[in-house]
Amino acid sequence: MSDAASNDPTRISRRGWLQSLVAVPVLGVFVFNYLKKRAADDARKQAIMSELGVTESGPAIIPNAISKPPGSKIRVGIIGYGGEGESLVRHAGFASPKWLEDAKKSVAEDPRDKQLDTYLHQDDLNVALTAVCELFDVRAERAIAASQIDQRPGGAAANPPAKRYRRYTDLLESKDVDAVIIATPDVWHSRITIDAAAAGKHVYCEKCMTRTEEEARAMHEAVTRSHVVFQLGHQNRQSEAHNKAREVIAAGVLGPITLVEATTNRNTPWGAWVWDIEAEGSPQTIDWDQFQELAPHKVAFSPERFFRWRCWYDYGTGLAGDLLSHEYDAVNQILGVGIPKSCAASGGIYYFKDGRDAPDTFQAVYEYPDRDLTFVYSATLANGRDRGLALMGHDATMVVGGALTVQADGDSTRYAEKIKDGVIDPGQPLFTYRPGFKGIDAVTSATERYFASRGLLYTYRGGRRVSAYHLLIGEWLDVIRNGGQTSCNIDRGFEEAITCHMATRSYLEGRKVTWDPVRRRIM
Amino acid sequence: MTRPQVAALVTLRLFIGWHFLYEGLAKLVNPYWTSAEYLDQAGWLFKKQFVALAASPTAVIVVDFLNEWGLLLIGLGLLFGLFTRTAAVAGITLLLLYYIVAPPLVGISSAVPREGSYLIVNKVLIEAAALAVVLLFNTSRSFGLDGLIFRRGPDAAIPSEPSVARAQS
Repeated sequence: MSDAASNDPTRISRRGWLQSLVAVPVLGVFVFNYLKKRAADDARKQAIMSELGVTESGPAIIPNAISKPPGSKIRVGIIGYGGEGESLVRHAGFASPKWLEDAKKSVAEDPRDKQLDTYLHQDDLNVALTAVCELFDVRAERAIAASQIDQRPGGAAANPPAKRYRRYTDLLESKDVDAVIIATPDVWHSRITIDAAAAGKHVYCEKCMTRTEEEARAMHEAVTRSHVVFQLGHQNRQSEAHNKAREVIAAGVLGPITLVEATTNRNTPWGAWVWDIEAEGSPQTIDWDQFQELAPHKVAFSPERFFRWRCWYDYGTGLAGDLLSHEYDAVNQILGVGIPKSCAASGGIYYFKDGRDAPDTFQAVYEYPDRDLTFVYSATLANGRDRGLALMGHDATMVVGGALTVQADGDSTRYAEKIKDGVIDPGQPLFTYRPGFKGIDAVTSATERYFASRGLLYTYRGGRRVSAYHLLIGEWLDVIRNGGQTSCNIDRGFEEAITCHMATRSYLEGRKVTWDPVRRRIM
Repeated sequence: MTRPQVAALVTLRLFIGWHFLYEGLAKLVNPYWTSAEYLDQAGWLFKKQFVALAASPTAVIVVDFLNEWGLLLIGLGLLFGLFTRTAAVAGITLLLLYYIVAPPLVGISSAVPREGSYLIVNKVLIEAAALAVVLLFNTSRSFGLDGLIFRRGPDAAIPSEPSVARAQS
């Protein structure tokens, strides 16, 4: 080496080179350990997944909301435009001007509020809202305003205003109606559905399917004999997590399931059916006689009873028909349990002592001896603790809601070896399925949060948030156009109605009731 | 600067680089990872802006991408001593952003679970301070690729560092 070279300040000595590359051995250690960790994680996951026989991806079969583009326009009539009716009509593509105004205000206040975005991004279902039957004038006007709204999903064009009918029978006679959405109090469901089926109008009916057992039998028979397409409003049928749960159960991941626990905890007056009484509601603006026409007890005009009808068994079915019905239908969707052998229910009006006769605290125990299974429903409307829906098997427990978690049981037979080997940790979820959505939704009210946590408000398709109501209505319209089966058809509806009525009967009569599958009677 | 002092500084840089690199990599390979939940529970400065980011699926995709690749590249930069000053400044910025989303201040509750007990100062803030040390006592020209790249530049020599002193002697 020459002196000139060794004195060159820019020349890098061997030591300098080595020092500059100090990171190389460190990176070597990093890469080695990273790959080791990944391989260990992958092997563990692989071992669990191959043992389980399920995949981490979305459910293999998701009932498609729309199998073909909606070809022909379907003309829909709404019967009952209260809170639920307004929501269903909006999910069919017709928001009321007042709702739009409120939704815009909410978004301005909280950008996480996605309700307007969800509405505007719904598929255009190619329907027209042509007819409205509503007993309260103010709501009828609101429905008519919604029918001609120009802010439609997918930029669809506005329609001419819907015609108002004072009686549903007149609406069913109309030649401008192909299908009806029934969102009246439960007491009317059966009568209207039977008449609609006779008139050849397709039916989307809210739960609970009927108010009584007799109505359920009559309605089942009428719809089965007709050619109309029937859908019962259980949105969980479209929830990705529920469909995935069905797949996981089919793979036998939980082992023998002996106990299913479904729950309802809500802790707001709204969640306990103490709904707003609209100031304009009076005997002049409400057809009170028609409202209570089918109710077992007739009383003088009562705004409480009109606006908060779920609090009374004269019009509704209490916790059994309102919320147990959803939980039961989810269990029926996942396990296919059908009608139970027996039911013992109890409860009471322990918190909302406001004159109601439907209990605010309600428990029902159903037995399925043929399935070696007990299904317990436990509810209170005066506590907000989230207990979820849990399916308990000998080998694992599954909790279903907006997401899905499966946790191995420490004393499982099937996983004993893998637990011993440390491949499966019973303290950690074996499997978590979270429908894919990157982003945060604000769910505004406590009741909405309750529904969202149960997969009843929104679900995700291809990572995009979609309303489960919208998908269920879309499916119904698709079957009307293209044939096939709705996911909550009249047979599932009959099972739902009978199961709910068993609990109500048991509670009201203070005894255990049983189902006679031959005579098709609650005994 | 003594040899142990330099060794301590280089080790600090390598460790922080390692941490950033693994944080980035772990997020990158996890398809379920998202910054949305962290942003959504912002409770201090720029709360509105963070929450708005979390609410927009497009913004979340961008934030996630920047986070994953930002952490990974900063990690590689610190580890290799490559563009170390830039990496350190970017790292400090990122850490301060994490800090202001969920600072352990009196009266600000955070939904992010904590693995220790913190008051005002937490590990994020300490790592940011440590990165400031890495930035101000740069070792990358002697113990990093910056030394190879910037050696011919006008201020290549760091006289206080023993390796440089030796090269000049």
